[in-house]
Amino acid sequence: MTARVVLAFAGLTLREAARRRVLRALAVLTLALLGLSAWGFSRLTATNDFGTLTSGEARLVASQLLNLVMFGLSLIAALGTAFLAGPTLSGEVESGIALSVLARPVRRSTVLLGKWLGLVAFGAGFIVVAGLSLCLVVRLTVDYWPPQPAGALALLAAQTVVLLTLGLLLSTVISPMASGVVAVGLFGATWIAGVVGGIGEALGNDGVARVGTISRVLLPTDGLWRGAMHAFQDPSVLTQLGPAFDGFPFLSEAPLTPTYLAWAALWVAMVWGLAAVSFVRRDL
Amino acid sequence: MTTDSTTLGDGAVRAAADLVAGLPPTAAVWCTGLRKRYGRHQAVDGVSLQVARGEVLGLLGPNGAGKTTVIKMLLGLVRPDAGEVMLLGRPAGDPRARVRVGYLPELFRYQPWLTATEVLALHVRLAGVRVPTAEQRECLALVGLADHAAGRSADRVGGFSKGMQQRLGLAVALVARPEFVVLDEPTSALDPLGRVDVRDLVLALKARGVAVLLNSHLIGEVERVCDRVVILDRGRVAAAGTLAELLGQREVRLELTAVPPAAQARLAAAGVVDTAGDWVTVALPADDDGTAVPDLVADLVALGVRVHAVEPGRISLEERLLGILRTGAEEPL
Repeated sequence: MTARVVLAFAGLTLREAARRRVLRALAVLTLALLGLSAWGFSRLTATNDFGTLTSGEARLVASQLLNLVMFGLSLIAALGTAFLAGPTLSGEVESGIALSVLARPVRRSTVLLGKWLGLVAFGAGFIVVAGLSLCLVVRLTVDYWPPQPAGALALLAAQTVVLLTLGLLLSTVISPMASGVVAVGLFGATWIAGVVGGIGEALGNDGVARVGTISRVLLPTDGLWRGAMHAFQDPSVLTQLGPAFDGFPFLSEAPLTPTYLAWAALWVAMVWGLAAVSFVRRDL
Repeated sequence: MTTDSTTLGDGAVRAAADLVAGLPPTAAVWCTGLRKRYGRHQAVDGVSLQVARGEVLGLLGPNGAGKTTVIKMLLGLVRPDAGEVMLLGRPAGDPRARVRVGYLPELFRYQPWLTATEVLALHVRLAGVRVPTAEQRECLALVGLADHAAGRSADRVGGFSKGMQQRLGLAVALVARPEFVVLDEPTSALDPLGRVDVRDLVLALKARGVAVLLNSHLIGEVERVCDRVVILDRGRVAAAGTLAELLGQREVRLELTAVPPAAQARLAAAGVVDTAGDWVTVALPADDDGTAVPDLVADLVALGVRVHAVEPGRISLEERLLGILRTGAEEPL
């Protein structure tokens, strides 16, 4: 009974994404990103400067470029899922769609789980397909293949899951548009806090460095993004660039610890739980 | 000994089973002491009502009387601050109570990216009831949407007019073979023809033994189809009863000339009198056995009154509703 309802809502969410042209919009944005990166990278290799680089230096540049375009991709995914997660609950409550659906013999937490799973499948599916395409573009143009593509894409997908779970929680309490805006705003703020923290670390200022650490605990998107960057970048990058590049936003110094990954999972579970409690208690 | 006691046990169980089977079925919905406050506004204040199986109950009242909030509390969509609800024999908090419930909300919208057929299929799936596709199609035909749901060119619900969406809402409420149907303003977006369709639909449900809770501003509609009426005013039950109970009061209009004081007294003795020119309206007592009017006319003639016309009348539900609401408004808070 419950599994059937969960699957029905997961399927409905995916169908909504496809029919509401979210999928098409994301595909257009991703194709633009792929096209621009392919064109940019091919221009780069065509210039003499790139040709005169040693193979090590070339790998270094390519690995940094990959991180840069992956950041673009993670932005598209964040925007897409946050604006998809917002209307799915509060939009349906506001419009009245939720009334006839929730008057059926279904538990609200089951409905929430189904919608969440649908969004996770959509977000993760998008990251895997688009991310893999970007890796292939980089491979074809500058001949660079990341050391751990699967792990990196999984972390990017996890970042999307974190953000859409937050969007879902927000959409149980505030309006659809506000929940999308707040989720994307928090995502951006955490990224900036991460950059500030990185600069603090580079300067040896513990107080500033703590900004990044705390923001990564409060909202694990930036932490997971840094883990993904580490898995995309060439392992030799850190030794080659040296301390002059400490705090550079598209460089990750260490892989994620299992503790942090566990925290991210716990964070998702807690925020999902809060969303469920908030949705169950809400008067329609 | 053992055999005897077993036989006795079986007999007792059978007797108990017979007793339970003989009990009247539980009400379609029963609620008591429902209260709901939104901020400083007490939307619902101690509402108790019941809809028996196969009964059509009309819910009437002015805007803001709490009708829709009561309906939402019955269906578990709004959490009551106090009170209890039993839906088809189960507490309303248990989702299984809603398996055989159909609901057309006042604010109706259906997934605009789905077709009408897909919306019905979704609701059948969520209800957990097996309904063949042919029966689902029949349901759409019943509300006049067959043309918009057929074939590959099926229209998306997003392109439907408000009236068509309300018709779809009716189909959604009826598709999963409900035993209790809640219709909250089912004709708000329909033209006069559509309203007649809804009336026929409610009568057909009644004929099939399906209980219906109908909230409507169209008093005539309620009067035609409902067995009982509950009138809500400012969150409370202002009056409740069968139409006969509520409309039991009859009246007679008489056109009279040459009325002596003795005849005036005779009229006043028959009931409350309202005079407008030559026309006199007398509200008759509810316990009238049918002799009041002929007796009155005979007495008036005997007293020398010239009787030009005698028109029996019935107080309409609208007049009764207005009367109840006005009296309610005069009550001290």
